Amino acid sequence: MIGMFEEGSIFTQLFVERLNYFIYVVLLMIGLWAMIAKNNLIKKLIGMSVFQTAIILFYVSIAVKEGATIPIYLPEHDPHGSHQPVGAEGSLEIADQSLPMQPPAPSAYTNPLPHVLMLTAIVVGVATLGLALSLCLRIYRAYGTIEEDELLAKLEEVDARTGSSMRSGRRRRAFAKKPKEGRAR
Amino acid sequence: MKKVAFVMVLLVGLLLALAVRDFPAWADRNSPASQSPVSSYYVSNTGADTQVPNLVTAVLADYRGFDTMLETVVVFIAGLAVWAVLQGGRTVRSRNRGDQVQFEPDLIVTNTVRLIVPVIQIFALYVLAHGHVSPGGGFQGGVAMGASFILVALGWSLREALYRFPLERCFAVAGIGILIYAGIGLLCIFCGGEFLDYAHLSSVLPVSPQMARYHAMLGVEIGVGFTVSAIMFALYACLSTGGRMKGGL
Repeated sequence: MIGMFEEGSIFTQLFVERLNYFIYVVLLMIGLWAMIAKNNLIKKLIGMSVFQTAIILFYVSIAVKEGATIPIYLPEHDPHGSHQPVGAEGSLEIADQSLPMQPPAPSAYTNPLPHVLMLTAIVVGVATLGLALSLCLRIYRAYGTIEEDELLAKLEEVDARTGSSMRSGRRRRAFAKKPKEGRAR
Repeated sequence: MKKVAFVMVLLVGLLLALAVRDFPAWADRNSPASQSPVSSYYVSNTGADTQVPNLVTAVLADYRGFDTMLETVVVFIAGLAVWAVLQGGRTVRSRNRGDQVQFEPDLIVTNTVRLIVPVIQIFALYVLAHGHVSPGGGFQGGVAMGASFILVALGWSLREALYRFPLERCFAVAGIGILIYAGIGLLCIFCGGEFLDYAHLSSVLPVSPQMARYHAMLGVEIGVGFTVSAIMFALYACLSTGGRMKGGL
């Protein structure tokens, strides 16, 4: 126990220096578990959202730099900030082009690129989640259930009745399990 | 099945945790992502190139304008797809009809909503218009605007909200947003530049090429805000009623 927090031990590496990345791994495992093992389609979608959150956490953690501020220019770097010379009639153009601004050092601001990528990923995530929920609604309307095993059993029934199957016989036998009785909807 | 899934998840987690040990430490200034020339260019040159203080907006709407435009199209298509998916098959099952409760809108709720909806909408417009200089932009402002419509639907009823903002108008507004975005890109072509190369707009706007990029970004963000706010409300309206556009929450 004494050596746990020493420099270079696995504990320090995982839980102190890289705690964000560790949390991202845990969140990703939770989401993956829900997507693979849960029977309810809505729970699978919840797992997908948790998975997505893990990726967002990962990207935002990458963007952080020690001692850097948010990616919005401070007044001394802001082209319209109070430190800039303003034209005579108060125009927003930089008045004196002969005095170019010092470009800020990259270490002064956090990396804007992962933030941009995640901003769009969040919005598209909302849109895809809405589409997935509407597909679940349609499935429920057509089959009266969103439990995966009951759904597969009903598909089997339909296949047996119409005599047409999209799956090969071997796979059909593998999937043809009896649904559990009395499952709460 | 569950055991196999558990082993799989543990295996993936173990491999990722092993990989995490090789990552640079958190907030390391010398990590490859922080040293990458692309993001360093963005940080150093956004001010001189575009006059925009908010780096995220500049990268979103200018340097990566193509990405954001097609992202907006994805949101639009998803909204249309939700509507289309829920339109079909409505005769198959209508057993929830009996669960619907007729209710009067609550006095306190409606008056509170009446008070805060204008504030939300003004704030959404502020977030949208100030996307250059402070945290904000088209996506954030659009979502706040869409939330105000959803609040009207929750406070009164969906019928009331759809009376003010019908679904057809939702999709029309969303399409107009994409047209604004793509139109600004096309205008750049007509001004002699490439698609979404805003600097060439200075030949029609009375400003320098840098400020032309600044103002074009505002226009693009307005387009994004139109699309996102309309689609947010359309998603709510479709999903809460199962596509029937009646009843709802």
